[in-house]
This record gives sequence, C-alpha cells and structure tokens, in this order.
Amino acid sequence: MSELPGDLQYTSDHEWLRREEDGNVTVGITDHAQSALGDLVYVELPEVNQEVESGGDMAVVESVKAASDVYAPIGGTVVAVNEALSDDPEAINNDPYGEGWIVKLEPGGDEGALLSPDAYQALLDDIDS
Amino acid sequence: MTKKTPLFDQHVAAGARIVDFGGWDMPLHYGSQKEEHHAVRQHAGVFDVSHMTIVDIAGERAREFLRSLLANDVAKLSVSGKALYTCMLNEQGGVIDDLIVYYIDDTHYRLVVNAATREKDLAWLRKQAEKSQVKVSERAELAMLAVQGPKARELAAPCVDAAFRDAALDLKPFHGMDAGDWFVARTGYTGEDGWEIVVPAAEAPKLWDRLLAAGVRPSGLGARDTLRLEAAMNLYGNDMDENVSPLEAGLGWTIAWEPADRDFIGRAALRKQRDAGGMRRFVGLLLEDKGVLRDHQRVVVDGVGEGEITSGGFSPTIGRSIALARVPAGDYDRAQVDVRGKLLDVRVVKTPFVRNGEIRIDV
Repeated sequence: MSELPGDLQYTSDHEWLRREEDGNVTVGITDHAQSALGDLVYVELPEVNQEVESGGDMAVVESVKAASDVYAPIGGTVVAVNEALSDDPEAINNDPYGEGWIVKLEPGGDEGALLSPDAYQALLDDIDS
Repeated sequence: MTKKTPLFDQHVAAGARIVDFGGWDMPLHYGSQKEEHHAVRQHAGVFDVSHMTIVDIAGERAREFLRSLLANDVAKLSVSGKALYTCMLNEQGGVIDDLIVYYIDDTHYRLVVNAATREKDLAWLRKQAEKSQVKVSERAELAMLAVQGPKARELAAPCVDAAFRDAALDLKPFHGMDAGDWFVARTGYTGEDGWEIVVPAAEAPKLWDRLLAAGVRPSGLGARDTLRLEAAMNLYGNDMDENVSPLEAGLGWTIAWEPADRDFIGRAALRKQRDAGGMRRFVGLLLEDKGVLRDHQRVVVDGVGEGEITSGGFSPTIGRSIALARVPAGDYDRAQVDVRGKLLDVRVVKTPFVRNGEIRIDV
C-alpha cells in the first residue's frame, strides 16, 4: 500500500479533502477506496451551487462492480466539479489524489469527523488485519 | 470458514483480490476487471471454476432418470461428449438450477451445476434418484479451468497431454471428451471460443501455471460476470430462480416439448403457463444515457407497466451500460429505468449484446 499524502485530511468513508489556499476544499476518494471499487466507469456529479450537508450524498462513483455514494465530508456549497471525469472516470483509479478529484466545496456548515493521515492509516491497518 | 479451490495459492501469487463467493474464496480480479474482460474478448483468459459442482450420474436407468429430471431432453444426445444446456425444474415449473449435462454413454452422464446451489441440487438429485436406482456421485476431487477467448484453444493446446491434443483441437462447439482422467470440452460462459478443462485437483496448479506461461491472462469472477452479461447468458439467482420459470427467463429454447409424452418434472406447470399467455418478456436493455444499470432497478414501460432488471452492469466492449430485464408483455422497444430516482431512457434490444468479439446490437 502506497504512502498516504500527509497534507490531506480523511474520513472513515475513505474520502480525502484538501484545504486550498482560497479557502475552498477539494474532495476525492482515497487510493484504498478506488482499489476496492475497481475500474471506475461512471461518476455522477452534483450541480455547481448545490448546497450539501456534512455526511449527505454528494456524488456517486460507479465501477464495473458496484455503485458507491460519495458523502460530503463537510457542509457547504459546491463551487466546482471535475467535469473531466465524465469522459475519463478512470482518472480516479489512476490518480485518486490528483487528477481524480471529484468536487470542490466552499465550506459553510458542519464539519464531520475528519481524520489525520495517521488516524486514517490506523483505520486502514485495522481493515487489513 | 470458506472453502478454497486447489488454485488458491496461484490466485494469491497472481495478485488476486479474493472475495467470498457462495462460501468459496475466489478471485474477483487480479488488478483490473476491465483488462481481463478485454483479454478474453481479444486474446485469451483463464478462470478458475473449480467451485462449480461436478456430479456424475451412472446406472442402467441414467438416461431415463435425466429425461424425467431435466426440462431439456438428453435423448437428443447420441455422440459421446456432447453437451446440453438445460434447467432442472421443480413441480411448479420454477428453476432449481441451470446446468450443463454431458453425455458419456447411455449409462453415464456428467452434470456441471452451480456452486451456490450445490447442497439443494445434490439433495434434489438424490431424492429423485431414489426411485431410479441411479448412482449420484459428486466429484469434489476434480478441479475445473475455463480457458476462453479467440486464442484460447491455440494457447492451451500445448498445455495438455500430446496424446489427446489433436482430438481436443478437433472438438466441435458444445462437445467434450474424456482424456485419460481429464475431461476437455469446447464450452464456456463468455460468448467466446475456448475450452473447459476438468482435471484432478493435484494437477490443476501445474496446468494453471503452464497456461499463464503460454500468455493466457488470469481472469476473475468480475470479468466472468461482465462477459456472460454481454453474451446474454443467464446467471442463476439473478435472472431466474425457483419462483421463475424458464419461459419468463429467456430460456424457452431449452425446454424440449417434444416428444409430447415425455413427462419431465415441471412440464404440467410450464404448459399451463404457456397456455395462459401474458407471460413477461425477458429482454436486453441498452442505456441511452451515461450511467450504469444495476440489478433490481425498476423498469418503467410507459402505458404498459413495470418490470425489473435482473442483471445490470457496464459493458466494457460496448462502453455503455447494458442489462437483462424481466418486463411486462407487449410490443415496445423503449422503456425507462429508475436509477436513484431518475428515469433514464433505455432501448430494448435483441440479445446477445456481444458474441465472438463482435458487438451484435446497434449502438
């Protein structure tokens, strides 16, 4: 298993978020999540300006195997979605922390329970054992 | 405690993601389900199908027994090794299982039934056999590999004993042969050419290793499912079960109505259903929009009624989502599917979607 990026926060639903300099938050799914899902074939994205609540449904990623909800890790407003995923959903498989980002949020509401890289790594270690 | 096939160590060595499938530790994929799918369509892949249950039926009355047990008629089989696809029905005409029966001779047949239905199948077979004095023997000591794809036979041939290699290459589709204590058949579940090879468990790892060395790609249950869906081959438990008759599962062609005096189990119920009419259709669906159709999604036919997707997924060959569905009677070729609350347009298409590497529907 590859090293977790140290500059991100994580959730127990295997999502990551990056706090950008402009105050917005970029959200994606972790390498563990993409690996468990397998080859992605479709991503259902929210509308820009849609408001999301922490823990609410925000997007759906579908692999050949199954559909999986992506939850909003924090409350806020969708300010951008990764349109490139509609033609290339496998970007999530190939580069989950980079080109495979899913949504950018402007924070504005509750924050769910976020994990540090170490805490998320501990959760992964727990799954593996 | 899950069961392991004789190839478990081979799967782990090939990097498999192992999942519990009907009580068996089986490979879902070895890295990329899509690439395995394409390998089978374009080249060759090998599946471990040792979890499937092989049952030999033997006795003077074996033929008579199977003619009464199965909805298709083993009397059609007269060449040793010839295979027949059939359903095994209950008295209500529901499908207990679908299976392949191989004819060895009039007193010996080999059945290959599903893994998930093993116990009830064996119980049913043994119960029915009581009256017929045939011997029902599960062959758990055998392993089975399915080598599938346009290059499958060519690449697999050097991996089998030279003594029967040429005879195996001469097999016609849906024929098999005894080959020492091996059994080779030109059958499969992918819509591609290939062999299914039954070997003693101890010999399976060596055969697997040789196939991989020959360039055959290890392929998991994930690819097996997308391949069979593209080929519109039914999956027991999804597309039919004990509450669905073959007539409503696209399997009417497997019912041998003639001769009319052959009284197989379920015949009376099927006949009643056929005569009553109004049966639901079993159809292929092609999603017109982006998205993925999934099992159990609701199908809405405007002005006609509703049905259900029995097997849905993404077709790697077509690059769109396809499904098999049971839908109301009627003449229509458009419908909609409820995908998470949104009604998406689908087209009703003639299956198979894909066969022998070729897309067979208009996309």
